[in-house]
Amino acid sequence: MIEFRNFGFKYDAQSEPTLHDINLTIGNGEKVLICGPSGCGKSTLAHCINGLIPASRHGTVTGELTVDGKSYKDLDIFKLSKTVGTVLQDSDAQFIGLTVGEDIAFALENDTMDVEEMRKKVRETAEIVGVTSHLNHAPHELSGGLKQRVSLAGVMVDNVSVLLFDEPLANLDPAAGKATIELIDSIQKETGCTVIIIEHRLEDVLHRHVDRIVLMNDGRIVSDTNTADLLCSDRLREVGIREPLYITALKYAGVRIRPEIHPEHIDLLDLPKEDIEKVRSWYNAVKIPRPEQEQPAVLDVVNLSMHYDDWRNNVLNDVSLCINRGEMLAIVGKNGAGKSTFAKVLCGFEKHQKGTVYMEGTDLDILSIKERAQHIGYVMQNPNQMIVKTMIREEVGLGLELQGKLSKEEIGRRVDKALKICGLYQFRSWPISALSYGQKKRVTIASILCMDPKIIILDEPTAGQDFRHYTEIMEFLEELNKQGITIILITHDMHLMIEYCTRAVVFSDTRMIGDESCEDVLSDDKLVKEASLKKTSLSTLASICSIEDESQFIKHFIIADRQVRK
Amino acid sequence: MSRGLFNYIDRHSPIHRLTGATKLLCLLLLTFSAMVTFDTRLLGVLTIISIVVMRISKIRFKDVKSVFWFSFVFMVFNNLMIFLFSPEQGTEIYGTRTEICHLFWIYNLTYEQLFYQLNVILKYFCTIPFVIIFVSTTNPSEFASSLNRIGISYKVAYSVALAMRYIPDIQREYRDISVSQQARGLEMSSRKQSLFKRLKNAASMLFPLIISSIDRIEVIANAMELRGFGKNKKRTWYTSRLFRSSDILCIVLSILMLGASFALQYVNGGRYFNPFV
Repeated sequence: MIEFRNFGFKYDAQSEPTLHDINLTIGNGEKVLICGPSGCGKSTLAHCINGLIPASRHGTVTGELTVDGKSYKDLDIFKLSKTVGTVLQDSDAQFIGLTVGEDIAFALENDTMDVEEMRKKVRETAEIVGVTSHLNHAPHELSGGLKQRVSLAGVMVDNVSVLLFDEPLANLDPAAGKATIELIDSIQKETGCTVIIIEHRLEDVLHRHVDRIVLMNDGRIVSDTNTADLLCSDRLREVGIREPLYITALKYAGVRIRPEIHPEHIDLLDLPKEDIEKVRSWYNAVKIPRPEQEQPAVLDVVNLSMHYDDWRNNVLNDVSLCINRGEMLAIVGKNGAGKSTFAKVLCGFEKHQKGTVYMEGTDLDILSIKERAQHIGYVMQNPNQMIVKTMIREEVGLGLELQGKLSKEEIGRRVDKALKICGLYQFRSWPISALSYGQKKRVTIASILCMDPKIIILDEPTAGQDFRHYTEIMEFLEELNKQGITIILITHDMHLMIEYCTRAVVFSDTRMIGDESCEDVLSDDKLVKEASLKKTSLSTLASICSIEDESQFIKHFIIADRQVRK
Repeated sequence: MSRGLFNYIDRHSPIHRLTGATKLLCLLLLTFSAMVTFDTRLLGVLTIISIVVMRISKIRFKDVKSVFWFSFVFMVFNNLMIFLFSPEQGTEIYGTRTEICHLFWIYNLTYEQLFYQLNVILKYFCTIPFVIIFVSTTNPSEFASSLNRIGISYKVAYSVALAMRYIPDIQREYRDISVSQQARGLEMSSRKQSLFKRLKNAASMLFPLIISSIDRIEVIANAMELRGFGKNKKRTWYTSRLFRSSDILCIVLSILMLGASFALQYVNGGRYFNPFV
């Protein structure tokens, strides 16, 4: 049992406490979701439970925390690791062993277990999570879902009674995320251990039952109740967590969310006739705006294939695609399907062997990386990988400076303009280190923007961002898009795709297997399965309300949602 | 994907199957025997052994050519320096002087100097392949466990192994960072710029690399600590294997080589084998 009593915590490096007045009891065998926006203190709370605080982060504790009746003062990270097993966010970064078997064995090695016994124990644990046939593989070679299984096995091998998942869904493709939630659920049923999930992607976690949801904001617990009660309240919206899509749709249709209709899961949803009627009439009432006129093509990709020098297999296979001016396009698909490689080829970062990329009729192959960059800008997922200067203005103006074509004044003007568009103008003379992650992301976008490209490609622009920051970034991109810049987004986020993009290009196993409107992609069962995408709960809601055309239903939802957001 | 400069290459070979500790011990014994002697015959035998072992280990020349060229350049440079600073080293050692021809200024070419430098070159030829074979056939965790076995603290051993393991990752990341900076016009290879400017550009790419490496270190350190790393004074190794007859055979052979190296000291009456007397 884990018990917080009037618990507070302040990092040494900060002037204000990160956690206030935490009173929380998590009983044995419970499954609890701790949810809240970025910076709400949920990770700090997790670090208090697994002992990373105070082991690697120092600060002052007030109040009391007990784990299985023992006070935190008598526990340390090593003692806690026998009770609490932690699966960290980025499974790639946390693999220690070179093979799956070795990685699972890591905790046992540290316990100086005998090699024979260790091998036996590793095999048993691998069996529980279903990775027995991969024991000799390198963990990095596995698919996202299998990686999660391996990291889970690595903590379960210690016979822990509490499993703590710190943002388990970040970096996973939609299907792998779904499989992970199912795996957590079945492991809990099998072993009866306590499960604590820290995550802000509420709807994805709620794919399987949780006993309680603890909602946090500004270092405090603002709600501690079951799923149905939380969904019936307006608390989620208040703290900036995205409600499940079907709940939003029901609210748009004027249905009052109440415990009787079982809002906790789409499959349990029990709508009375009059509510179904409400949804149907809302569906019919949404006005479809006239489709905008098709714009001329800006980028034309013809039969593109590529492979790396020392690999025989293609990593891109015969991809043909036409991108229109002013489009906002999503590239979706499994990890390793070729999405990022495709984007890198467009930017000239990788060389393709077959096919051609035309930009408004000119073959891009004759241009150098630098010259291409003036047409197509690429924003990497991690802004820290792009920033080389210490001051904002210097960083944003670097590209223009190196071109050496413009006068100092002109560069200054262009930089100021880019900073204004990105909402960074008031910070212009700040050092970059003082900015938040999201602001750094904007700096990298601004530095691409002032090169005046026709197309900007962004790799997972919202990864790891909570709903508020996500909305901020996406609305900003939408604004850029309205100014005529074509935007290509590489993403795993189905919500992002349907909310902001008009068209989705689907990659699977080095090939492009789909190129359709987002709603059509998501209502195509075969495509969804092949590319490890996930249907949204809107599809199910459509069938509950006997609306046959689910693609139309999704489309109507998107239109209504855009109007509301405006 | 480009292969790292210096890392483990997974193949199936008898050398890969030896335990890490055996390989480390053999490496130390053989390089030590090559280091103490200047006996051409022994160095020749060691060079042949190193080439044979390289063949057995299925490590191909093209896998390791960058390290090889690097050491080759270093070897040439080293020899040039020896000749420039002590052109008469050979005559001093062997006590005779057989001049072939006069080169320039104070520099004369002698058989003794040539022979001495041949020995230096042979030393490179027998030690470098051993190091290459060891590094490319021993996976980082085995390397760590073998370091631990010869008495180095497992924490130190593990950090060395982790550092080796992350070399390919960091190389990949550097490549990503470098192309994205090239796209902004930061040039590395262009001859249009002065050396100073190019160095400055390379240095500014290190900045994001360091930041992201620090992030990476923090994550891995947390992950390790959460799973009990550093709790006890000792730890066991999942990959550790029992010594087999082939291990013992290799160690015995290496000890014999070292023994031969010492025996030759006695026979030759010093470190040098002298064919000129």
